[in-house]
Amino acid sequence: MDSSILTILAFFPLLGILILLVVDKDRLGAIKTIAFVTSLLIALISLYIYFNFKPDAPGMQFSINKTWILSLGINYHLGIDGISLFLVLLTTFLTPLAILSSWSAITDKVKGYYISMLFLETGMIGVFVSLDLFLFYVFWELMLIPMYFLIGIWGGPRRIYATVKFVLFTMTGSLLMLVAILVLYFMNHNLSGTYTFNLLEINKLPIPLGTQFWLFFAFALAFAIKVPMFPFHTWLPDAHVEAPTAGSVILAGVLLKMGTYGFLRFCLPLFPNAFIDYTWLFSILAIIGIVYGAIVSIRQVDVKSLVAFSSVSHLGFVMLGIFALNIQGIEGGILQMINHGISTGALFLIVGMIYERRHTRLIEDFGGVSKKMPVFAAFFLIVALSSIGLPGTNGFVGEFTILLGTFKSNVAYAVIASLGIILAAVYMLWMYQRTMFGKIIHPENEKLRDLNLREKLILIPLIIAIFWIGIYPTQFFTRIEPTVKSLIENAKMKYEKNKLLDESLKVDSRQIKQIE
Amino acid sequence: MNYVYLIPLFPLLGFLINGLLALSFKTRSDEKIPGMSLVSWIGCGSVGLSFLTSITIFFKLLALPAGERVVQKIAFPWILSGTFHVDIGFLLDPLSSVMILVVTGVGFFIHVYSTGYMAEDKGYARYFSYLNLFTFFMLMLVLSNNFLLLYLGWEGVGLCSYLLIGFWYEKKTASDAGKKAFIVNRVGDFGFALAVMLIFWTFGNLNFTSVFENAPQVLAFGGGLVTAITLLLFMGATGKSAQIPLYVWLPDAMEGPTPVSALIHAATMVTAGVYMVARCHALFLLAPISMGVVAVIGAVTAIYAASIGLVQNDIKRVLAYSTISQLGYMFLACGVGAFTAGIFHLMTHAFFKALLFLSAGSVMHALAGELNMQKMGGLKKHTPVTFWCFLAGTLAISGIPLFSGFFSKDEILWKAFSSSSGHFLLWLVGVITAGMTAFYMFRLFFMVFLGKSRMNPHVEAHVHESPKPMTIPLIVLAVLSVIGGYVGIPKSLGGSNRFEGFLSSVFEGGHEVSAEATAHAPSAEYLLMIISIAVVLTSIFLSYRFYIKNPDIPKRLAAKYKTAYNILSNKYYVDEFYNKVIVNPLLNLAWFLWKKFDVLVIDGTANGIASLVKWGGGVIRKTETGYLRNYTLSLIFGAMLILAYFILR
Repeated sequence: MDSSILTILAFFPLLGILILLVVDKDRLGAIKTIAFVTSLLIALISLYIYFNFKPDAPGMQFSINKTWILSLGINYHLGIDGISLFLVLLTTFLTPLAILSSWSAITDKVKGYYISMLFLETGMIGVFVSLDLFLFYVFWELMLIPMYFLIGIWGGPRRIYATVKFVLFTMTGSLLMLVAILVLYFMNHNLSGTYTFNLLEINKLPIPLGTQFWLFFAFALAFAIKVPMFPFHTWLPDAHVEAPTAGSVILAGVLLKMGTYGFLRFCLPLFPNAFIDYTWLFSILAIIGIVYGAIVSIRQVDVKSLVAFSSVSHLGFVMLGIFALNIQGIEGGILQMINHGISTGALFLIVGMIYERRHTRLIEDFGGVSKKMPVFAAFFLIVALSSIGLPGTNGFVGEFTILLGTFKSNVAYAVIASLGIILAAVYMLWMYQRTMFGKIIHPENEKLRDLNLREKLILIPLIIAIFWIGIYPTQFFTRIEPTVKSLIENAKMKYEKNKLLDESLKVDSRQIKQIE
Repeated sequence: MNYVYLIPLFPLLGFLINGLLALSFKTRSDEKIPGMSLVSWIGCGSVGLSFLTSITIFFKLLALPAGERVVQKIAFPWILSGTFHVDIGFLLDPLSSVMILVVTGVGFFIHVYSTGYMAEDKGYARYFSYLNLFTFFMLMLVLSNNFLLLYLGWEGVGLCSYLLIGFWYEKKTASDAGKKAFIVNRVGDFGFALAVMLIFWTFGNLNFTSVFENAPQVLAFGGGLVTAITLLLFMGATGKSAQIPLYVWLPDAMEGPTPVSALIHAATMVTAGVYMVARCHALFLLAPISMGVVAVIGAVTAIYAASIGLVQNDIKRVLAYSTISQLGYMFLACGVGAFTAGIFHLMTHAFFKALLFLSAGSVMHALAGELNMQKMGGLKKHTPVTFWCFLAGTLAISGIPLFSGFFSKDEILWKAFSSSSGHFLLWLVGVITAGMTAFYMFRLFFMVFLGKSRMNPHVEAHVHESPKPMTIPLIVLAVLSVIGGYVGIPKSLGGSNRFEGFLSSVFEGGHEVSAEATAHAPSAEYLLMIISIAVVLTSIFLSYRFYIKNPDIPKRLAAKYKTAYNILSNKYYVDEFYNKVIVNPLLNLAWFLWKKFDVLVIDGTANGIASLVKWGGGVIRKTETGYLRNYTLSLIFGAMLILAYFILR
């Protein structure tokens, strides 16, 4: 059971798709129910993993390693550890909510839509549990397809531009990553004599510093675009503004985390020297992202693009924590990935709910909404506060831990990044004021109905998560910590080893030259 | 004392219940206010229970020997990451017990008052849920045993302040004021958060007891590190406690319902900064530079805000500037090492300022929401209870002997002069401020209650005394304002200063300073006391001349010194200055970065590359003409080039 559970988890959505394929495309109720129940079952399976996860073990758990394509050394290798556990849970937790949120918003090509959603879930889980570079790349690219359709078919007026931009940006990065993966593959063969894409094997590979630099940047570019880090972020606002609500939720909630996850899973263990030597570059880009994203958010006129730019700022915090390279920084970073998924996911759901009523997302079209929709206003306020990191909510725990770690590694970085916290209050509260407070000036808003039961059921789990992580995050930290500890230790050890190796290589080559 | 957690728990439960009630009511009916008595019972009851618990715990603490009055209770671990470990935990000592008594006691009476004041408001349940939530966060703030949990309470009370200032959210000025309060406070919190991080990496711990115990060993006296920590902490305090330069949010905060102004913006939340500085006295005493900064900022804020208060006509704004000024006094006390005096004034101020605000609320209630003092006058005969209570508060804040404010204010003035870190100038500023305070408070009192009526006749016809739920809390607070000072009668006046004795176990360091101070001859203390009393009485007399005897004088003076008057009545144009230097540039920068930089430069580059590829494709496509002769031509051309290459090589 334990070795096949990840397989079941990753491919369970396909089972749902198989059933959907035989359902008549006009039986909307049946289609929605099947999709929702499938995603709910997946969430239950992921809970099994959570409860059977050994908190004190740093290594991979529930792993499976079977030969897939023998002649090329490609294996079907899955596993989960403290870094990926909560990202998988985030995926399985957000997908049912995203599906439920599409209930009345999606009326066109319904069957294709839910098939895409489930297909996307397989791709996302696959990315987080793959331990074979080839398999990882397959899932990484596979996930693009349903997202491409979600934005391109069910999106807004400029959906084609947005979806092509999204795919082109991502592909540019991932092609370089593919080249780097192949280089690693052949390098490994040269040194060990075997062809393998096994990440855990390749991790042991001593890579000369010069080569590390190039490979690191090939991977880092792919991930930095995905995060997105400044200045590769411009695909994000476009994609979000055009994507349907559920697409935005998944995009912001899960897809962006693949970038930050990539830095932790691949860049740091594979290329610790390049990673550590270029910490300054990524930290500075992260800080620019934090401040820049927040300032640009202030004057946004569309709520969705405001949330998109705020994501640039929040993901900057995650990157800053990861590149602080200490326990608090990285743990805070991982927790903040989850927090951002919850808070920003909830923000997009909230925007979607108001959009369904008014078919506009422009801030100026609202005002005084809390009079007509008090329950909505209360949910919105809680989520906005969690997004600006109010103590007691999840955002605070993540941001503070990150800043604490950053403070240790570089005081100036922490000071500048903390400015982002002030700016977050500026853009979020101003937007909230203009949409929810004031008098109703647009007559259309007089008829607004408060949230219905389905909408409340979507938001309540997220609200619970916000306070749970905000008040009692211990379960999260204890499960993340062993993996992070060993990640940092190994990276630092490998850093020193590679450095020594490099120096001895230099000495060797000098001696050889002298002999010549 | 195991049940100390109950103190914040009751208001939290009250918040949850009333909050859910508020949400469920709204959806059902918009006409009447349903379940009002239930909401009132839950709202007041929860705070009342926590008041009773606080009293019990206070006496249990008192029963302990003086040296053992420090109790810590850990509820559960909060954040654990690597070596970083912080708990949800409570610290009970004389300082926090005084604070919980003030918060729950004054808070309870303000809750009761609100049942009358807010009776007509449709957001009744929402109001009480916010008020309870505030009480919860405030209690967490003062009961916390570590810096981070204090920060939770700190930001939490800020949130409630935001919600309650903007309670009437349909009014733009109200929601603007709420937002301003939150953002300005966040600027201060930026400093506070950095201080917390600095403390953790210095001590490896955030627990108060352990940090303060180790401080003398870890930090060098007067060193850069402790100065940085304390200045950053004080930056947080200038935000929350409305000191220069971050005081600007407090006058605007008067947009909130008046009981809120009394509870949050006078009696409790705004004193959190003073509490925090007093709590961290062990750190501040190691940093003489920071102490100097605290004292000077406090003194300057005190006189600055008082000068604005002299000419304001909005009854609540006068009280707001007065609050800023009185908070300045408290910081002055802390800055000269007289932490006990600061906390003493915090307590008496909580009584008389809450009383003054609630009385002002009662006046507004009587006058259908009127705030302009120019349209009042002669209210004494209409609202006798409010009149007497307001008089008690005015006498107390002016520092008339035998009233509570006298003892605490005089203690501060004496310490400002005599303490080893005090200075004659600090004392002088304090005395002048005391004179101004007496002047504007009596100006307010005369303009509202005495003299001829300047009321709109339509309004005057409906003037009435407030109902019992409002007048009873007024009377209670009036009594406290009169007698509240007797717990701290200084030794020079034959008292035993029990207040100082009770707090001495907390402020051992501060005690040394004051012990040094008593070395001065008692005759000096009497002399200073007499001077300040004389200044206050003169001010009251002037005020009487100006506003009762000869109401033309102020107008003539204003005309004569037009510039000075304009500067004061426009509050030194500080809001305008901040708008010009911070707010507008930020908004412009945001617009520029978005519209020019992001869209044109960054996205322009991305789209530019795409266009370049498209254009290149278009150019190359033109060579694909489909004519055989063109292909033959290029074939021959190519062959010639290759040939040329080989020949010329």
